[in-house]
Amino acid sequence: MRKILNKSFLLFTVLLLVVLTACSNNSETSGKKGDSKESGKAVEAKIGVVSYLTGPGAAYGEAITNGFNLAKKEINAKGDVKIDLVVEDSAGKQEQALSAAQKLMSDDSIVALLGPTLSTEMNVVGPEADLNGIPIMGTSTTAEGIPQIGDYVFRNSLPEALAIPAAVKKAVDKYKVKKVAILYGNDDVFTKSGYDTMKKTAEKMKLDVVTTETFQKGQADYNAQLTKIKGLQPDLILCSALYNEGAVIMDQARKLGIDVPFVGGNGFNSPQVIQIAGQAADGLIVATPWFGDKQDPKVQEFVKKYESEYGKKPDQFAAQAYDALYIMAEALKNAGEADRDALRDSLAEIKDFPGILGKFSFDKDGDVVMDPTVLIIKDGKFQIFE
Amino acid sequence: MLLEQLINGITLGSIYAIVALGFTLVFGVLGIINMAHGEIFMFGAFVGVMVTSTLGWPIWMAFLAAIIVTAILGYMLERFALRPLRGKKGVSHLAPLISTIGVSILLENLSHHLFGAGNHPFKNAFAEIHFTIGSITIYVVQIVIFVISVVLMMALSYWLSKTRAGKALRATAENLDTASILGVNTRQIITLTVVMASAMGGIAGILVGMAFNSVNPQMGLSMGLKGLAIIILGGMGNVKGAMAGGLILGLAETLIVAYGDSGYRDAIAFLAIIVILLIRPQGLFGQKTSEGRP
Repeated sequence: MRKILNKSFLLFTVLLLVVLTACSNNSETSGKKGDSKESGKAVEAKIGVVSYLTGPGAAYGEAITNGFNLAKKEINAKGDVKIDLVVEDSAGKQEQALSAAQKLMSDDSIVALLGPTLSTEMNVVGPEADLNGIPIMGTSTTAEGIPQIGDYVFRNSLPEALAIPAAVKKAVDKYKVKKVAILYGNDDVFTKSGYDTMKKTAEKMKLDVVTTETFQKGQADYNAQLTKIKGLQPDLILCSALYNEGAVIMDQARKLGIDVPFVGGNGFNSPQVIQIAGQAADGLIVATPWFGDKQDPKVQEFVKKYESEYGKKPDQFAAQAYDALYIMAEALKNAGEADRDALRDSLAEIKDFPGILGKFSFDKDGDVVMDPTVLIIKDGKFQIFE
Repeated sequence: MLLEQLINGITLGSIYAIVALGFTLVFGVLGIINMAHGEIFMFGAFVGVMVTSTLGWPIWMAFLAAIIVTAILGYMLERFALRPLRGKKGVSHLAPLISTIGVSILLENLSHHLFGAGNHPFKNAFAEIHFTIGSITIYVVQIVIFVISVVLMMALSYWLSKTRAGKALRATAENLDTASILGVNTRQIITLTVVMASAMGGIAGILVGMAFNSVNPQMGLSMGLKGLAIIILGGMGNVKGAMAGGLILGLAETLIVAYGDSGYRDAIAFLAIIVILLIRPQGLFGQKTSEGRP
């Protein structure tokens, strides 16, 4: 009896061992398959995604992962590259983003990371990825200095430092601007950094800054600042505000009889402006990486596919994510193998990649080089500004 | 330019004054700084937005609705946050203050849920009526705001000094127990005061909505703090002081932006208040009302 038990136990152990080795064998071969150049046609790769999927900012994560999944489906259907996504949640928290990223990094079959969603998260995840030698690309991180974290850190999200000068330049050319007034919120990091960019841009373009005025978040009355600006008669107003305050400022400005155009940053770029300010919103100029009404067949096709898949219009986060995975696929195809270092090198060489956001290249740091689309609100809707 | 800025300053000052009137009324009677006043004011503004923009009713309906809603809020504030604490042994004199802070947080979050975090436009034809003299644009709303604030102040002064209810209110303010012994229904008087002050906040809310076209859940806090500063400047519990203090702060803020640096707007305005208080510690008009209080 005892012997039989012993034997069956032995048998069971052996069986278990066999299963285990089979498993590890399996994963090894799949890993090898990805690694080997000779496998020929399709480059197979696993890419890790860290995204903000639960919590107050979950809407961002949802749009971003939707963008990834749509791109993945198309890329895999094409067949040049076969991509598998492993998605982890960061909940918008630095520590959770880091542990999620570490989990993905420790899996050797994962060749690159996409995300995390927030710049603050990227500031902790980026250095870790750089240390581990895995390429990481942010699709929604706009803060200064992200790609400068290291050689392995990239992004395809348009930073403010690129968007604001583009909008200012177009406005200056069109309206022959000489004098500008600057108005900004001085109690918010985001609007303050927008102001710094505006000031630098104005200095570089040798514009005459007639006055610099400030306001605070939640302020209701901007008449004093605007009356002063009106008296100085600028040709253009640079306004670094979030859309909530910005819309009210425009409304009060138009009521006072200020009819010059406004240039705003990314925080000002929202359809909400039109909703709040109505007609007064006409004449707001912003630069954006993404414009859903663009008369480009590629853009329209993406919008249609996205809408039929997810039942809503894609926003800039979905669009940037969609392009990001395409850039990854392109780099993988050029690298010819699913290897972290080879992928990094081939990512750095991406140039004039034709995505739905426009022609895209990386600079030497891995930051964005592209011409943003400049929009103006006219007749109550965003239109291309020319 | 100077004239335009003066108009801006007087408009802003008149709104401050109406907010401060509500503060000063409650302080004068109850000796309580009502921290929820700013949020009640904000609710009044939201009611105005709902009535005019969403329902499309005329502006006088908005005033009526805002007065009714804020009066109810005022009643509930007194009934549930203030009355239970009054006259009880062992209740700290700071307790009502803390309890009104609690109500203000509750109301702010409630409006977040009900109306969302963003700015709501106050679309109304009346707010668009204006005329121009030279390069100066004057909106009828700006004149209306000034007139309403003056009328409210005068009506309140008259009511307090000449009518029976006003006298009862002042007696209650002087000494609650004595007034009660002499036959004043103090509970009723206190409720009336808080309700009136809240309704005034509601009126101010609609005026802000019309003048600045900006209504959001955070607007109560900054307006509340300004109102507090004004009643200290004008003299605690003094109606004329609230009016004068409001106009002074409004004009000071506007003129600092016009001829100085907008970054220092609040700093200089409040510095001015500190200087005035150093010279006149009881406030501009403050005399007996605040001294009679232990």
